Amino acid sequence: MKSFNLAVIASLLVLAVSPIMYSLNANAADKETVNSVATLRDATPIDVQKEPNRIPQVINKDIKKTRNYPMQPPVIPHTIRSYEVNKYNNKCMSCHSRQRTEKSQAPMVSVTHFMNRDGNFLAEISPRRYFCNQCHVTQLDAKPLVENTFTDMHSLMKAKAKSKEH
Amino acid sequence: MKNILIIGWKTLSKPSGYYSLGALVIGGFIAGIIFWGGFNTALEVTNTEEFCISCHEMENNVYEEMKTTIHFSNRSGVRATCPDCHVPHAWTDKIARKMQASKEVWGMLFGTIDTREKFLAHRRGLAENEWRRLKANDSLECRNCHNFDYMDFTEQSERASYQHSTALADGEKTCIDCHKGIAHKLPDMKGVEGW
Repeated sequence: MKSFNLAVIASLLVLAVSPIMYSLNANAADKETVNSVATLRDATPIDVQKEPNRIPQVINKDIKKTRNYPMQPPVIPHTIRSYEVNKYNNKCMSCHSRQRTEKSQAPMVSVTHFMNRDGNFLAEISPRRYFCNQCHVTQLDAKPLVENTFTDMHSLMKAKAKSKEH
Repeated sequence: MKNILIIGWKTLSKPSGYYSLGALVIGGFIAGIIFWGGFNTALEVTNTEEFCISCHEMENNVYEEMKTTIHFSNRSGVRATCPDCHVPHAWTDKIARKMQASKEVWGMLFGTIDTREKFLAHRRGLAENEWRRLKANDSLECRNCHNFDYMDFTEQSERASYQHSTALADGEKTCIDCHKGIAHKLPDMKGVEGW
């Protein structure tokens, strides 16, 4: 019983002191090092509401972007505000479906979208490819939060060929 | 009942033997102002968003959906209210629309769309009514604010300027042909042209 009491007192003491210790620690530590991992909260302390970042604009230039690798789902070069893609409607398909491309002059969804998982072609978009935004996204006019060092295959092969020459 | 009608008619058909002609003319004029003004004021009250969304059918369905669209909140803070798009501005057309709207009072009293499920079941028909009206009047309610003559195609995106300078300029299409579902969610669009 006595040891139990001791344990209770000890834990209460720890509970009472730890916030003070924590705040001392937080004040002492350099904010840069505490938040060295890039987060959307930047260096804002945990108990402070961060001033929200500016919401960037969607790029709406209608210019096709290079794909970083052949299988990359192409990004959407226009705004899709309030485009409905649900069980009733698919707004994207009113331009990008096979039947609509002549009128819209938009690129048709690729043939892979008509394939079911056994590789057979269906007459319509396969249900597993119905929700466009699972793969295709708009791009924002924003500075990347972290540096992207992605190098595409083409550049890699070029570099390799160059190094062989030497 | 018949006697009352007869007495009423006899009174009305007899010339006034007591009031002066001036009093009758001026009195009639003032009464006219009050009745006509009252009628139009009452009409205008039914032409406000507060009136529209005083029914939960409107507030919980269409108004709630509209809140996320550009016609409710946008960069310049100009917004459209229900009657801006759904009631014609010209007086005769407005009265015609108000008479049609008596059916909506019926619907409200008998709960035609008093649940979300019932509303969704009716949505295609309700949407078609509005599409038909806007198609017939060449999207007049859109054009009350959006004037083709003052559109700056250079400020529009490439696709938008192409469509507006061809199909819309020719009169081949009107606003509602392409811009369906811009202020509310769409119904099932199966079989609708362009979908």
